Amino acid sequence: MKQDILRLCTAVAEDAWSAERQHTVARIALGRSGVSLPTRQTLSFALDHARARDAVHGELDMPALARALAGLGLPLLQVHSAAPDRACYLQRPDLGRKLSASSRSALLAAAPAGGCDVVFVLGDGLSARAVASHAPRLLEALLPALRREGWSLGPLVLASQARVALGDEVGAVLGARMLVMLIGERPGLSSPDSLGVYLTAAPRVGLSDAARNCISNVRPDGLSYPLAAYKLMWLLRAARRDGSGVALKDGSAAEAAYLALQAVVGVQQGAGKPVIS
Amino acid sequence: MVHVTTLGSRRYRFADLKTLLAKATPSRAGDRLAGLVAASAEERVAAQMALAELPLRHFLSELVVPYETDEVSRLIVDSHDAQAFAPLAHLTVGDFRDWLLSGQADSVTLAAVAPGLTPEMVAAVSKLMRNQDLVLVARKCQVVTRFRNTQGLPGRMGVRLQPNHPTDDARGIAAALLDGLMYGAGDAVVGINPASDSPDDIARLLHLLDGVRQRYAIPMQSCVLTHVTTTLELIRRGCPVDLVFQSVAGTEAANAGFGINLAMLGEAHEAALALGRGSVGDNLMYFETGQGSALSAGAHHGVDQQTCEVRAYAVARHFRPLLVNTVVGFIGPEYLYDGREIIRAALEDHCCGKLLGLPMGCDICYTNHAEADQNDMDTLLTLLGVAGVNFIIGVPGADDIMLGYQSTSFHDALYLREVLGLRRAPEFEDWLQSMALSDGQRLLPGAGSTLLRLAEAA
Repeated sequence: MKQDILRLCTAVAEDAWSAERQHTVARIALGRSGVSLPTRQTLSFALDHARARDAVHGELDMPALARALAGLGLPLLQVHSAAPDRACYLQRPDLGRKLSASSRSALLAAAPAGGCDVVFVLGDGLSARAVASHAPRLLEALLPALRREGWSLGPLVLASQARVALGDEVGAVLGARMLVMLIGERPGLSSPDSLGVYLTAAPRVGLSDAARNCISNVRPDGLSYPLAAYKLMWLLRAARRDGSGVALKDGSAAEAAYLALQAVVGVQQGAGKPVIS
Repeated sequence: MVHVTTLGSRRYRFADLKTLLAKATPSRAGDRLAGLVAASAEERVAAQMALAELPLRHFLSELVVPYETDEVSRLIVDSHDAQAFAPLAHLTVGDFRDWLLSGQADSVTLAAVAPGLTPEMVAAVSKLMRNQDLVLVARKCQVVTRFRNTQGLPGRMGVRLQPNHPTDDARGIAAALLDGLMYGAGDAVVGINPASDSPDDIARLLHLLDGVRQRYAIPMQSCVLTHVTTTLELIRRGCPVDLVFQSVAGTEAANAGFGINLAMLGEAHEAALALGRGSVGDNLMYFETGQGSALSAGAHHGVDQQTCEVRAYAVARHFRPLLVNTVVGFIGPEYLYDGREIIRAALEDHCCGKLLGLPMGCDICYTNHAEADQNDMDTLLTLLGVAGVNFIIGVPGADDIMLGYQSTSFHDALYLREVLGLRRAPEFEDWLQSMALSDGQRLLPGAGSTLLRLAEAA
């Protein structure tokens, strides 16, 4: 009897190809309980989904983000899109691409005379966690190079309930010649904190995705901060010369300096597809 | 034409057919976003009542997108089979629902009338159907297609094995492919969504899949889901292309957004047919669709997203596809907000596609920003299994690490086979048995199988 119960307790059929797991992060060789997922696997999936859901619904902690950005030496502005809350944001992408009336007037009042070379917007997008975790670190890696090359920097704009195109309106209002949106991408099960970077030259309202360049999957387990900063700097220089958009192809990864950096910080794990607009 | 319903003292007026169809549609996020939904629950039922009174014949004279400006409309009108339609010509939309549910509408009759049905007729009747009607009617439709095995036979269901990898790494793809085959998946197709769109990378993946197929003599078809123009180029280069993939939508403008038109699809279809690679049949197109695709391209012409979706099936039908996959929950909550909307849309897509004579499968899926979870997918999976879905998707652990969404797992397919007794394509089932991976009913552990050395080929 005791032996039978012991056998019952190990009713999971393991798979003979578990060694293949070293070749992919896909959920292979999970084993079976009957035909179904073993308890351990079903809970592991549930945990990853829970984290992704929390990332989608988590709010941007503005005071904490402001503290994390304080050392960069740039003035901070807070704006809100025209989507009042998350439920509306998820169903009305058009509102997430537009500034609220009060945010628009506040920005107009704060616009630097004569504009500036580049403005950074930090938007929550679909993962506030991604922006909070990675945007300050990416900026720390990037700003010294920009300052060395004499780019004039506008204020850092923190945007809630934001979609990518919101940055274009912010850039237009502030007279930015180049706009960079740092925004939380749609969380995947294994990447609840993936940061997307979108670059627009001569930003204005009404531009399509085709007018922007994108760097996807910025996070320590994806594209690391130094490599992302290198790519972004490359795109900024190229876009200042030729404009941004589909015609501008990111050629940074072929450069010797990039490869040298990659040798130090490691290869990107793979981006998948950019998953927010 | 203006359509009118009077309820008590209240008179509801619908300016034209597309407005009537939109207002009669069960509410969903994309139609709300487009401003097309009924203003009240009562107005929706009033629209359904007006729609129920409308003769099916009316759909041949009032188009939702103009004939002159849209090649999908032209395809629908020009390919309409008046003879097949004749037995139904006297029915209203409401009568049509009653007839579909009746014993008169059996598999043979439904197949015979399919060429006489337009997408708008089918969309209209689906708007009067409850979820159980969509299941019951779809279950009566049989659509059998063939390439290297036979899909859609009664009591059987296929699985597309989807071994995606974020960098198209050959070993990573081979590992997921092995996982799926060992779980008895892959009879519908082994189909990779590549991260790259470079023809050289796609060619490498095509050779990888064809190498595995030949080495183990698997009666399966493979596909790398890239743009139809890339596939055409690779056919000309002599690459082993089994199936031609393309996403399609229900308006010419939305298809232009995908960078395609009917002529391009026709050219690729002809080129693949000329390869003669099918062993038991020559259905070789693989189409994917999904509600909301026309709206997201700003190309819906004020037509509700479900009607647009069914129009995409007219495009698919023209090319005698092996597989049509509605990727129902991939598009996101702007179009289908939650599990309830996703489930309804999937049942509509499956039933409408089957009524038009298509081999409908479904990617039962959701994204992390939709109000949905595994329980919703279990419900939909079970419903579609009962409805006789031709195939579903199989991704390791339901987690697509390249596309970043959740689909169904190999385990999910096994669950459905277990509770509903659904079998695989017969040729593939025989192969699994010959490899000692199955006893004909259930999977065997497969330890020691020669298939375990599959990855070495990658």
